[in-house]
Amino acid sequence: MTLGLLPMESGGGGYTPPGVDDFKWDSMWPGVLPDWFNKPFAQAVIGALLVIILWWIASRNLKVKPSKGQFAAEYIYEFVRNGIARDILHSDFRKFLPYLLGLFSFLLVNNWFGEFFLFMYPTFSNVGYAYGLAILSWLIYVGAGFKKWGFGGFLKKALIPEGVPGYLLPIVIPLEFLATFITRPITLALRLFANMFAGHLVVMVFVVGGGFLITYANNTFFNVAGGVSLAFSLVIMLLELFIGALQAYIFTVLTAQYVSTSIAEAH
Amino acid sequence: MVPTTGVLQELDLGPLLPRHASELIIGIVLMLIIFVIMWKVVVPAFEKMYQERSDKIEGGMQRAAAAEAKAEAALADYNDQLSAAREEAARIREDAKNQSATILAEAREKAVKESARILDSGRSQLDAERSQLLVELRGEVGGLATDLAGRIVGESLDDDARAQRTIDRFLAELETAGQAR
Repeated sequence: MTLGLLPMESGGGGYTPPGVDDFKWDSMWPGVLPDWFNKPFAQAVIGALLVIILWWIASRNLKVKPSKGQFAAEYIYEFVRNGIARDILHSDFRKFLPYLLGLFSFLLVNNWFGEFFLFMYPTFSNVGYAYGLAILSWLIYVGAGFKKWGFGGFLKKALIPEGVPGYLLPIVIPLEFLATFITRPITLALRLFANMFAGHLVVMVFVVGGGFLITYANNTFFNVAGGVSLAFSLVIMLLELFIGALQAYIFTVLTAQYVSTSIAEAH
Repeated sequence: MVPTTGVLQELDLGPLLPRHASELIIGIVLMLIIFVIMWKVVVPAFEKMYQERSDKIEGGMQRAAAAEAKAEAALADYNDQLSAAREEAARIREDAKNQSATILAEAREKAVKESARILDSGRSQLDAERSQLLVELRGEVGGLATDLAGRIVGESLDDDARAQRTIDRFLAELETAGQAR
């Protein structure tokens, strides 16, 4: 068999595999709108508007006996309120609930943009937005710690774990500093970004490759393979829906967890 | 975006480097707007509804508990009253018993005293009458006796002293005879 994947190898047959360049967007209206006014920007704004409008509609006219729509809204609200905020933050959850609810909704909508018509691109596969949210979460959990324990009090609590012998402190303090103040926001941002980025890349591989093969002239095998590839991309997209929700959940849970360790009474 | 620090310029971060620094700011600003809406509108609305709901449920439960407590209180009150009434009745019965006993004793005492008083007064009256009688009798008997004796003897007993002695002796004899009887 000499079929192989020859036509898809670079340089042969004019196929360009999807790659990093597919995540680079130009201005939506070159020359008129600035460079940063690109598709991810528009998606982020639309996502935020969707979150605001949907929650605004949901929060109007809430009844003690819920309607079907309210029941659905309550389900999501309680998922964040009881499942994330209250479980992790206990009695302090009410203060942080607005941020956590907004964060989860914003992440979920933008992640699911990757699988929705018109958009077909997850906003957070642009690392800048992920960095932005991670910085905000960092500010919140660090700020909550400083507010509760004072500047020195929080540093002492965050950097010196209880029960560590004095001679280990020169090692432990830098490690704790790195863990609390540096790696937490970076891992938050990168986990979200990488999942979205890789997921979208996989979808693109199946869609672009499948599209290329299905239109390949005079080769039924390639065409069938392309069809299978396109069909499989739908399965991948279902997986991506799940991963999008999972990443939104993880980001929110970890933010709540970091806030919790900042304000908890004891380690 | 052109990296600003030297380290980043040498390090090719690839897709990990934001294409536009504005992405960070946009992300933060959008999230802050969402946060404010959640904080001011959505979460208060939901929490208010939950509060109302729990109030309603709790209110119903509280009302039921209050009714139950009221019924229990009424029962306890009734039982108290019943036992109090029982006690009262027993006390009254006891009192009546005691009282009747005292009344009886008092009456008896009174009767005893009265009878004693009557006896006393009767006795003293009798004594008084008797002594009065004796005095009268003594005078009269003396007169009569002298009179009688004078008539019998037929002579006047002018010697008063002797006559008096005779009378006295006679009387003494009478008395001793009366006491011996």
